Amino acid sequence: MSALRKLFRFHGGVKPDYHKDASTRQPIAIAPIPAELVIPLHQSIGGPPRPLVQAGERVLKGQRIGDADGNVSSAVHASTSGTVRAVEMRRMPHTSGLSALCVVIEPDGRDEWIARQPFDFRGASPTETRDYLRDAGVVGLGGAVFPSHLKLNAGKQGRLDTLVLNGAECEPFITCDDLLMRERGEAILKGAAIMREMLAAGRVLIGIEDNKPEAIAAMTEAARTAGDDAIQVVAVPTRYPAGGAKQLIRVLTGIEVPHGERSTDYGVQCFNVGTAYAIHEAITLGQPLISRIVTVAGNVGQARNYEVLFGTPMRDLTALCKPLPDSDRVIMGGPMMGFRMPGDEVPVVKATNCVLVGSGALFPPPPPEMSCIRCGECAKVCPSDLQPFEMYWFARARLFGKAQEYHLFDCIECGCCAYVCPSRIPLVDYYRFAKSEIWAREVEKEAADLARDRYEFRLLREEREKQEKAAKLAAKTAAGREKAAAALAEAEKPARTPEEEAKHALIAAALERAKAQKEQAQPENTSNLSPEQQAEIAAIEARRAEIREQAKPHLRADD
Amino acid sequence: MQNSPYFLKPASVQSVMLRVLLALLPGIAAYVWFFGAAVLVQIALASVTALLAEAAMLKLREKPLMLYLGDGSALVTAWLIALTFPPIAPWWLTVVGVLAAIVVAKHLYGGLGQNPFNPAMVAFALMIVAYPSLMSQWPAVGFTDFAPQLNAIFGPRQLDAITMATPLDALRTALHTEDARATVAGVLGSSASFGNIGGKGWEWVAAGYFLGGLYLLQQRIITWHMPTAFLLTLLVISGAFAAFDPTRFAGPSFHLFTGGAMLGAFFIVTDPVSGCTTPRGKLIFAAGIALLTWIIRTFGAYPDGIAFAVLLMNIAAPLIDMNTQPPVFGHKDKRGSAK
Repeated sequence: MSALRKLFRFHGGVKPDYHKDASTRQPIAIAPIPAELVIPLHQSIGGPPRPLVQAGERVLKGQRIGDADGNVSSAVHASTSGTVRAVEMRRMPHTSGLSALCVVIEPDGRDEWIARQPFDFRGASPTETRDYLRDAGVVGLGGAVFPSHLKLNAGKQGRLDTLVLNGAECEPFITCDDLLMRERGEAILKGAAIMREMLAAGRVLIGIEDNKPEAIAAMTEAARTAGDDAIQVVAVPTRYPAGGAKQLIRVLTGIEVPHGERSTDYGVQCFNVGTAYAIHEAITLGQPLISRIVTVAGNVGQARNYEVLFGTPMRDLTALCKPLPDSDRVIMGGPMMGFRMPGDEVPVVKATNCVLVGSGALFPPPPPEMSCIRCGECAKVCPSDLQPFEMYWFARARLFGKAQEYHLFDCIECGCCAYVCPSRIPLVDYYRFAKSEIWAREVEKEAADLARDRYEFRLLREEREKQEKAAKLAAKTAAGREKAAAALAEAEKPARTPEEEAKHALIAAALERAKAQKEQAQPENTSNLSPEQQAEIAAIEARRAEIREQAKPHLRADD
Repeated sequence: MQNSPYFLKPASVQSVMLRVLLALLPGIAAYVWFFGAAVLVQIALASVTALLAEAAMLKLREKPLMLYLGDGSALVTAWLIALTFPPIAPWWLTVVGVLAAIVVAKHLYGGLGQNPFNPAMVAFALMIVAYPSLMSQWPAVGFTDFAPQLNAIFGPRQLDAITMATPLDALRTALHTEDARATVAGVLGSSASFGNIGGKGWEWVAAGYFLGGLYLLQQRIITWHMPTAFLLTLLVISGAFAAFDPTRFAGPSFHLFTGGAMLGAFFIVTDPVSGCTTPRGKLIFAAGIALLTWIIRTFGAYPDGIAFAVLLMNIAAPLIDMNTQPPVFGHKDKRGSAK
């Protein structure tokens, strides 16, 4: 049901050119199976999954090839049937160009599924359902790839007021959610119904930016067909970043979830519409997450949305869209928050909502950076109500503590500030830099703390062992002494031989000499010093004492 | 390598500064109409000096010359100096003022964006302290002949015929130094330098600045906070004292439309670099300037107090900002703490 309802505003935001038309003219197409699939094992937030297959093994479509590493992790699956060619390090779709463990599959072209079994989530406990979704590899498809099973937990109260489905899709160029909602609204709502049951949510609000009238109409129609009054499709004003989870929750419910807190504690949970679709596929059809809708747009002749198997090299995908000759880069995500890829051979993964082909003409290099004039434009557009120019100032001066005091970690890196900056300062880069420095320092500090703890524990252990040894020795010598006393009593009569007497005298004399030498030598080190040297030594001793004093409380605290 | 965002709004410092200059034009037009073209000579003089000084400093500091020279910020400073100095001031007064602003107040503090004090107001304060009489010789209203004005600027000075004190100065002098029977109404009624609501001629210049200020608001170059807080505070305090003793205190219309009040409200107080940036900070900052301006105008030794008021509040700006940080997303119940 679409309804007129009171909406709320989030602070700031910008209205960039949307460029969404080009990729919405044609329906979603199925991308062909590539010659080689490179499936990274680590495709979600959390622990990297352990590989379950080896080179040479035959795998079926949907077969689990990576097992979730603990609960904060998510499984990965073969996207088609074929033979595992290697389990090896390959370049990841990440700006850094880092490599990570990937399962390389040579498809056999038969696209043969595993046995698919719908999951009876009503008959299973919530924990079983969550485990199932974890093993089905379902993660947030809005781009954050947070494991969905962790979010399908109603929290303290055991129930939620609102389940928000995020169909806002505010980034320019990206239209994958738009097309998914237009074409597969019914399946999205089925997924939403499952999530609603798991979360015991009172209502479902589907937020869609009002520049997507077709998607709004399709979803409204689907909701009408479903006949569920608790599901409402809500058109929200088009303003980047309305699709940020926190911003959308704010717009739809008026609730602001602070940084670092769970939205469930505020009675709300938010999922991308693509995630709802994936949950429907996993539970109702028994299909793990092996593909997603990806927008291919930008500097291409035919922008379009494709359903793409994970592991498909990006260049296979862009080749379908006739990239223009001056294309020189591939960006994963949109122009506001996307990341430039180290090469076009990197694979499409669960986080890939868009493959944006770029060129120097489409995304010209930024004009030279100038000084900040504190005009405050950035603060006007910040959706987190931050003072970006202050954080920039502190990050630049490496005053990371101050940057944190100005809520650096509330920054969602949406790029609004950099977008409007008249001095063309790449503000977000400064925040990324400051965040990574702070993280690095925290890791270092943790490592140092751990090392210190270990060292102190060793000292403690050595001390304890020494004491134990001494106690044992004392016990032994006590016993020995008794024995010796007895022996001595028996051997009272025989006197020492003359040779022995002579030896003893020699030893005694030597000891005497050594003692005398020592007594002579000792004063030499500390006497005969100039007053300056003495003063220096006194100063050093004083400093040592001071350090010992300062160290005392720490030592005690650490005990 | 460039990171996201990959495209930017077409905005630039240059465009901001050029629009500020554009916004000054109505006020300048009224100025020329009532007081002659001398002010244009001063603007040209100040602009050339500012650009040369800026270029020299950029070169010394090994900064990209054309990038910063073209940003227009030096021109804004130059124009504000030309508009706050007497239009018939000798040429070197303007030149020295501009040099003080660009070289000392701006570049020695780190250049664009780094100066803690408003450069134009540094120039004004410096010159009024150093040359109080030259800074107090203003052309008489209606005396718009260009030749004697030009002569006043560049030639040997014969000023008596064409100068008079500014309305603020005239009122202050009359109330402070003449006999105790002088009243505001008496002074305003008797002197030729007072017009309908403010200084004669000056009230129209002020109206021109007001118009330009509205343009800046419409262009979102400034926010409503500072002009509103400044004008409102000046209005309330002058109104209150005028109501208390109308013979000794001039009313709000006189204060708002005389001297640098309008220019200050929209063009000087609103300087983003040296002022406050948080919404509440802006209100406090501008209200503080208005209060100090009124005090200096009423009880001080100088005819207009805006320059000193601005510099004093510039000092306080970082402290005000620090203590008026707006609550961030999700922390709106804990008001105003940067924690």
